[in-house]
Amino acid sequence: MTTKLTNPGAAVRGLGKSFGAVRALNGVTLEFPPGQVTALMGENGAGKSTLLKILTGDHQPTEGHVLLDGVEVALHSPAQARAAGIRIIPQEPEIIPHVSVAENVYAGALPRRSGRRLDRAELRRRIEADLERLGFARVLDPDLLGSELTPAQRQLVEILRALTGEAKVIAFDEPTSSLSEQEVDALFALIRRLRDQGVAVIYVSHRMKEIFQLADRIAVLRDGAVAGVLDAGQAGEADLVRLMVGRDLSTMFVRQQVATDRVVLDVRDVTTEDVSGISLQIRAGEVVGLAGLIGAGRSELALALAGDRAILSGKVLLEGQELRSGRPGEVIRAGLGLAPEERKAQALFLHRSIRDNTSLVVLERLRRWRFVRRSAERELAQEYSDRLRVRTPSIEHEVRKLSGGNQQKVVLARWLARKPKVLILDEPTRGIDVGAKAEIYQIIADLAKEGIALLVISSELPEVLGLADRVVVMQNGRITGELSRSEATEERILSLAMADDLVSSDEGRTA
Amino acid sequence: MSTTTVSDTAPAVKSRGRAAELLASVGGQNLSLIVALAVVLTLFGSLNDNYLSWNNIQVIAEAATISGLLAVVQTVVIICGGLDISVGSQAGLASVVSAMAFTSAGANPMVGMAAAIGVGVVIGLLNGVIIVYGRVNATIATLAGLAAYKGVAQLISNGAAQGYVLNNSVFIFLSRGKIAALPVMVWLLIVVALAVHVLLKYTDIGRNIYAIGGNDTAARLAGININKYLISVYGLLGVVAAVAGILLTARTGSGQPTSGSEGLELQSITAAALGGCALKGGKGGIGGTLLAVALLGALENGLTVQGINSFWQNVAQGSLLVVAVVIQQRRSGERLVGLPG
Repeated sequence: MTTKLTNPGAAVRGLGKSFGAVRALNGVTLEFPPGQVTALMGENGAGKSTLLKILTGDHQPTEGHVLLDGVEVALHSPAQARAAGIRIIPQEPEIIPHVSVAENVYAGALPRRSGRRLDRAELRRRIEADLERLGFARVLDPDLLGSELTPAQRQLVEILRALTGEAKVIAFDEPTSSLSEQEVDALFALIRRLRDQGVAVIYVSHRMKEIFQLADRIAVLRDGAVAGVLDAGQAGEADLVRLMVGRDLSTMFVRQQVATDRVVLDVRDVTTEDVSGISLQIRAGEVVGLAGLIGAGRSELALALAGDRAILSGKVLLEGQELRSGRPGEVIRAGLGLAPEERKAQALFLHRSIRDNTSLVVLERLRRWRFVRRSAERELAQEYSDRLRVRTPSIEHEVRKLSGGNQQKVVLARWLARKPKVLILDEPTRGIDVGAKAEIYQIIADLAKEGIALLVISSELPEVLGLADRVVVMQNGRITGELSRSEATEERILSLAMADDLVSSDEGRTA
Repeated sequence: MSTTTVSDTAPAVKSRGRAAELLASVGGQNLSLIVALAVVLTLFGSLNDNYLSWNNIQVIAEAATISGLLAVVQTVVIICGGLDISVGSQAGLASVVSAMAFTSAGANPMVGMAAAIGVGVVIGLLNGVIIVYGRVNATIATLAGLAAYKGVAQLISNGAAQGYVLNNSVFIFLSRGKIAALPVMVWLLIVVALAVHVLLKYTDIGRNIYAIGGNDTAARLAGININKYLISVYGLLGVVAAVAGILLTARTGSGQPTSGSEGLELQSITAAALGGCALKGGKGGIGGTLLAVALLGALENGLTVQGINSFWQNVAQGSLLVVAVVIQQRRSGERLVGLPG
């Protein structure tokens, strides 16, 4: 393992990558000079992983090149990237559980004697030499099995693997997420040593503190493009955040109260297998937040209201009309829509187009006899796709190719096209990036303005507080309290969500 | 969401999108089927002059009609997320019933056909009810049907061919008649296939069928009455299987409890899979299935014309089913074990 270091450097020029309709990277030009640590930052989905995967040969760029020492290199496979001197330390180390550290490190290139017999003596000599040279001799026993390693040791094994052969570029993908503070210090010392030896280090992390400790340069990606490259010595955290999100987040929740007095949804003492004694009212134009810990029965209540779970006792009235339980079709026709928690598993048809997914609950309005009027359907899907700003080249694209935020917008588009009176949104922003979140918040505000009664289930307290006119808190299948917008704070919601069981059952009875 | 990014990339994405859409309208799967069909026709055509004669083509088409009808409805069931391996037994039972009812009603073909279709409806709905309300896995439920319906057919016929129908003009018309140079049987397939195609592609019923197969939870939450659809789809299959049974009677001249209908389940499923139906449901179409039926028919006839042991045809069909599904899995991006993600 001679980490012979010449004076190389890596660069990407005009790099673009599309996955179907989605542009993951767009015209990215960046340099990773030798002897420097270049930090790579950006929101989820900004394109960091895609860039790393192109460097390691896992993905092929749609356009542009990767250069090493100023020469274009073709990286068609991880093996080629490795041969070219590019290494990546993955976020989740890949460790073979039932073999020793030594075999893990040299997996694929084990020293052997004639007849393909493993040369154990040579293996031991090598691992000991390498451990000694890198200063890990005391923290890593080469005889330990892969399954016995701590997270930090697993990381070390990956690093040892990366340093076999001649490494010119080493990328660390969020290496510290499972490390303790001392381990982080040791890792940083190692990274600095590699840098001083002339390796071009790429360091991906979300942790501002680490970035400023370690990086010489900071490259920020946003929406697949380079938002800026800063000198770590001169940049501040605020600069980075601005580059990453490109907008002021404090405006995300600005929303007027438009609630009226007209009760649209009236839930009276509803009991199902999962929840008991639920009473709640939502008025036209009102946004009610439904908070609670996971397992409090919020999603189950939502499903029961949507007609998908049997209601054992109690009533649900929508504009005075009683909804029969167990009949989602009737509930939808009465004017209630549910965007469920798991959008991929419960809402979307991933292999169908945006058009198909949008029109599904309005087909009966779009059909003549039983034939779907195609042009009307296209217009409708286009209208809502435009209105919700679904980022896609065409409404004919398969939904599975969209990002999480855009998929959520398609789910919303479906219900908006139906023009419901009540809309229940279960975790509407889970797993989507900040930008799309802000858009979803805006959509929710717009819907309230149109007079729709909204029930928003969310586990993110700032979201509940920012959106809701009124917060209803559930715990263990019961409502434990209700807070107006002015009363609601994170602390009060949490104390209700974790309220004592006795108290909650009393409230359940009186409610 | 910087808008500049979107407008910059949109043209490039669009031109690729158009090319992809063009390919999609022909269908990559259909294209490869057409190529495979051309290869098979050329191969056997060059080996045997008679193979591509109009006469032999009609033989191929007629032979493929019965399995084609079943493949068409099998496609609907598979798109809906189900599977029916009792189709052959259903056709066999319908065949026996049609001939026996015909005979006992004093050679009345309408009674014979009505009885067969009635039995088809009942069996189809029964399959649907068992699957939906008995909560039995579709494969298991229809595997039971495969045995039971065949058994019923053998019981009522004593295991022998029943009646003789080719003294009746209606059955003669069905088996030998021609309209505009095409056999009546082939016309029947065309009409059924077209009707099912229109149902699937142009009606809300079809959309809902795709939705149920694509994601049943989402379909339920979208207000689709899944139970009603599943039972209806199996009912439709029962009717078409009965039509296939009647054609079987017309072709062979009598009601056949098993001969001619055994193996139809494999043929219909193979055709649907080759034609691009995802066996998980939610994907597929009649066009692809018909192409696959033509391919299988041409292959079978070619092997027969070449005098190749008919046992090889089973091997060929089994292999094709596996190949079709393997191709499908790879297309759908199922992760291969052992490769870096």
